[in-house]
Amino acid sequence: MSDVHEVLRLKGLRKVYNPGTPQEQEVLRGIDMCVSSGELTALIGPSGSGKSTLLNIIGLLDSPSAGELYLMGRATRTLDDETRTRLRNETIGFVFQFHHLISAFSVLDNVLMPLMIRCGKPGAEDVQLAERLLAQVGLEGFGCKRAGQLSGGQQQRVAIARALVTRPALLLADEPTGNLDTRTAEQVFELFREINREFGCAVLVVTHDPRLSGSCRRSIELVDGSIVRDTQTA
Amino acid sequence: MRWLNALWLEWKIALAFLLDNRLQTLLIMVGIAVGSAVIVFITALISGLQSNVIERTLGTQAHLKIEMPDEVNRVLPASDNAVALVLHSPRAQRLRSLSNWQALRDLLDGQPGVRAVSPLATGPAIARRGQARASIALMGIDPERYQRIVPVARDLVAGRFVAEGDQVALGAELARELGLSVGDKLRLDGGEGRERVVRVAGIFELGVRELDARYVYLDLRQAQILLDLPGGVTQIDLTVEDIFAAEKVAERMARLTGMQAESWMATNGQLLNALRSQSMTTEMIRIFVGLSVAFGIASVLAVSVVQRTREIGILRAMGSPRSQVMRVFLLQGGLLGLAGSALGGLVGWGLIQVFNLFGPRLFVIEVSSGLLLSAMLVATLTGVLAAVAPARRAARYDPAVAIRYV
Repeated sequence: MSDVHEVLRLKGLRKVYNPGTPQEQEVLRGIDMCVSSGELTALIGPSGSGKSTLLNIIGLLDSPSAGELYLMGRATRTLDDETRTRLRNETIGFVFQFHHLISAFSVLDNVLMPLMIRCGKPGAEDVQLAERLLAQVGLEGFGCKRAGQLSGGQQQRVAIARALVTRPALLLADEPTGNLDTRTAEQVFELFREINREFGCAVLVVTHDPRLSGSCRRSIELVDGSIVRDTQTA
Repeated sequence: MRWLNALWLEWKIALAFLLDNRLQTLLIMVGIAVGSAVIVFITALISGLQSNVIERTLGTQAHLKIEMPDEVNRVLPASDNAVALVLHSPRAQRLRSLSNWQALRDLLDGQPGVRAVSPLATGPAIARRGQARASIALMGIDPERYQRIVPVARDLVAGRFVAEGDQVALGAELARELGLSVGDKLRLDGGEGRERVVRVAGIFELGVRELDARYVYLDLRQAQILLDLPGGVTQIDLTVEDIFAAEKVAERMARLTGMQAESWMATNGQLLNALRSQSMTTEMIRIFVGLSVAFGIASVLAVSVVQRTREIGILRAMGSPRSQVMRVFLLQGGLLGLAGSALGGLVGWGLIQVFNLFGPRLFVIEVSSGLLLSAMLVATLTGVLAAVAPARRAARYDPAVAIRYV
């Protein structure tokens, strides 16, 4: 494991909504953590503990009020919107609870979308990669179908293939199984474990499901915007 | 090249969004098409009508004429400490020849914006045949030059347009009054014993009763003798390249020659007013129809931005920059304008063909490809401009919020 490297580091990260007003609310209270490549980490905690806010900040969709976020060793807090957007495209893959595919496009186009955003028209190699990823998530031959024609579980697999198409260093998943039945949820989570093993990317999963968090090697528990536990199993 | 390749995705997303909501796209396209059809039809109709009116009016007269300045009484200025009370009658304007008109003609020939120059000796006379008499206007011309000002030969109803030696061409109304046909003789009386017997070579009908009853075109030298203007001409007629610039050309010519220059715009003030009012009305209709099309596109795209909120959030989360999201919606506006106006142009063209076939048939409306292309270009630009506000709104979405939009 000599090629293990730090993907993400958070240093004194705070997030305050409506600062200086009566509605001021501190959602994250000084988070310090580090995630390395190849780690499969579950982020758990009760509703309102700040998990999604933290995930949004890590995904560069939101900015912290204080503290610093290093992505691949690069400080991100002062980056402008354009640079953050490019960094997001190059470094991070997202999987959301509600699949979030673009219904106007085919399954293959949905998978290729992050690459198309980066480079325009995809080349033959890109298409091959997308088809291979679809096969890997068990959806071989589904490329031409419209996203809306698939079941919930299938859509979530497409979303996973899409998140992996740019070979991201960090894969973020927000309640990826929250909207699926137990059996499909187990299949999807197994897929995450496979991906983590095969691609070697760091995977950070927000979940409420104790079985899923239990199957992760590392588990971080967030309560009231602070990390109360960070456990690692062998 | 990289830029073009990057724009490829914007095209793909814009088209996919438009095709995904077909009914909405179809409805707004029909709206744009109706607006464009109205603009194309009304523009072609009014410009056809105006060119018909202008052709009828200017087909029988010069765009501008150059004459000697009016003769006025000269009043000696009063001495320093005196007040002068002046009582005078305006002077009668006698026929006078333009000074040095040959040099003037050659000078005018080379002027920019001037298409044709024709010197003319014109004045009143009496035409007699037997006991019948008619008051006429003698038009002594150089036929070759004059034909470039008023193509009389086009309006001939009998004979040929000849104005040489003793051969003349006269209006159909005058011929009817004096009972003349081609080959007949008549006597022209310029007054004070100056008379000539001439032969009718051609009869024309310009379509203006006053002219058809009075005009007699004859050889310039014959007219000079009858009007007692040896070697002289009373005016020089001009046609210009741009008829609506005639007044400016007239002002320039007046400064250049020191003569009096009068354009058709000055002599046909009411017609010009009517044409201008008509153009203004058309312009207003075009502006308001254009505005309603623009608001239509803007409102549809504003709805579309709301409908696509989550998808915009997904694109942004996947690394789509704000500028790309903005371009997607600008392109949608442009595409709606282009496709709608192409359809509208076709409908407008069809309406014009129907008008030409089944309308009053007073004149034929022609549709230029330039009009259709410019309508499409303007509609496309209008679409892009109308999309600016919705596109900016889409680009400003916070991806973290947009992605949770239900």
